[in-house]
Amino acid sequence: MADTIKFEVVTPDQLILSEDVDYVGVPGIQGQFGVLSNHIPFLSALAVGSLYYRKDGQVKYLFVSGGFAEVSPDSLTILAESAEKAEDIDLTRAQKAKERAEERVQREKDRIEFAQAQVALRRAIERINLKEKAG
Amino acid sequence: MPSLKDVQNKIASVKKTKQITKAMNMVASAKLRKAQMKIERFRPYAEKYYELMGDMAAGVETGAHPLLAKRESIRNIGIMLITSDRGLCGAFNTNLINKAMHLAAAKKALGQKVVFYAVGKKAVNAARKSPYELVKSYRDCMDGFDFSLAGELGNEVIRAYLEEEVDEVHLVFGRFINVGKQEPEDLKMLPVSPDETEAPAEGGSAQYMYEPSVDGILSELLPRFIKVQIYRGLLETSASEHAARMSAMDNASNNCDEMITNLTLAYNKARQAAITAELLDIVGGAEALKG
Repeated sequence: MADTIKFEVVTPDQLILSEDVDYVGVPGIQGQFGVLSNHIPFLSALAVGSLYYRKDGQVKYLFVSGGFAEVSPDSLTILAESAEKAEDIDLTRAQKAKERAEERVQREKDRIEFAQAQVALRRAIERINLKEKAG
Repeated sequence: MPSLKDVQNKIASVKKTKQITKAMNMVASAKLRKAQMKIERFRPYAEKYYELMGDMAAGVETGAHPLLAKRESIRNIGIMLITSDRGLCGAFNTNLINKAMHLAAAKKALGQKVVFYAVGKKAVNAARKSPYELVKSYRDCMDGFDFSLAGELGNEVIRAYLEEEVDEVHLVFGRFINVGKQEPEDLKMLPVSPDETEAPAEGGSAQYMYEPSVDGILSELLPRFIKVQIYRGLLETSASEHAARMSAMDNASNNCDEMITNLTLAYNKARQAAITAELLDIVGGAEALKG
């Protein structure tokens, strides 16, 4: 068996990425985990955060939010509600979203709204961090 | 016999109508292409999702999650009806609404109470006129929606289901078969029955390790599965709408052509009759002068 894995990232709006890669670091809901080839079949929910993969010695980053990682010995599929390559992140948009979310977190007293605002804030912060790290 | 002028006016007006229907046909075909592309892009995600659901369902009992559990007494039915916002697309919306109303009537005959979630202006209007309760209405959303709309709709029905406001949820949408054929379809969304999903039942599906746990995964997977189904319903309805409008407008343009041919014939006849009458006058006058 080849020592690369078939790595796919799909969102409802499009297939973001489909490549053969050496290693993927995935933000699982219970912490980061790494996937090499011949991994045991594994299914995990994803946290909001950054994902990176290594191919031919190069490391690339992706933003993912909400979804699942399905791991089999020769492939890894990420089903995310949204995902973006680091170079595609719009920094100004993310920053605006962050400001908006911060404002909402301050303002909302209603529980549900508050949680939503917090999630939105997390997403914005993760996007910005990732962009600064990799973009 | 209509006068020459009348016929001329009529021809001009039919020609203008034809221009409009032709333009609408072209707009609809452009939008249809876009909608089809959206479906194409969604397909990999949906297929993966069905696969995953199939794998999960193999090892899970129906009692494992509230969204899977069938209720013993079913008293309240939720019907989510998706139609277009605009008319002029033939019988498309009427078919969808009929389908939903038949379903509602059948459920009512069983003594169950039916409530409607209407998406699209036509659905809202129909549900409002119907004897059933309209709980939520979403209008003007069929142009340029994305997954977040499906998320919103999904959250609404899931909440209603978990709080036992409804015991069963159906989705009525326009299945897009091809450009010439669209069919209203009724899909039972809740409770989720994984064996009815379209996943290819592969023998010996891999035994997975789950993180955080089977229950944890299910509680992430199932709500999203509802949203995936709703999104598919939205996409297909939107594609069907444009396809239906395309053929309706094509028919209208053809009818215009036919009318123009008939009117032109009538115009020529009237013109010829007028000329003949004038000639007769002149000849008659000349004969009289010869005397």
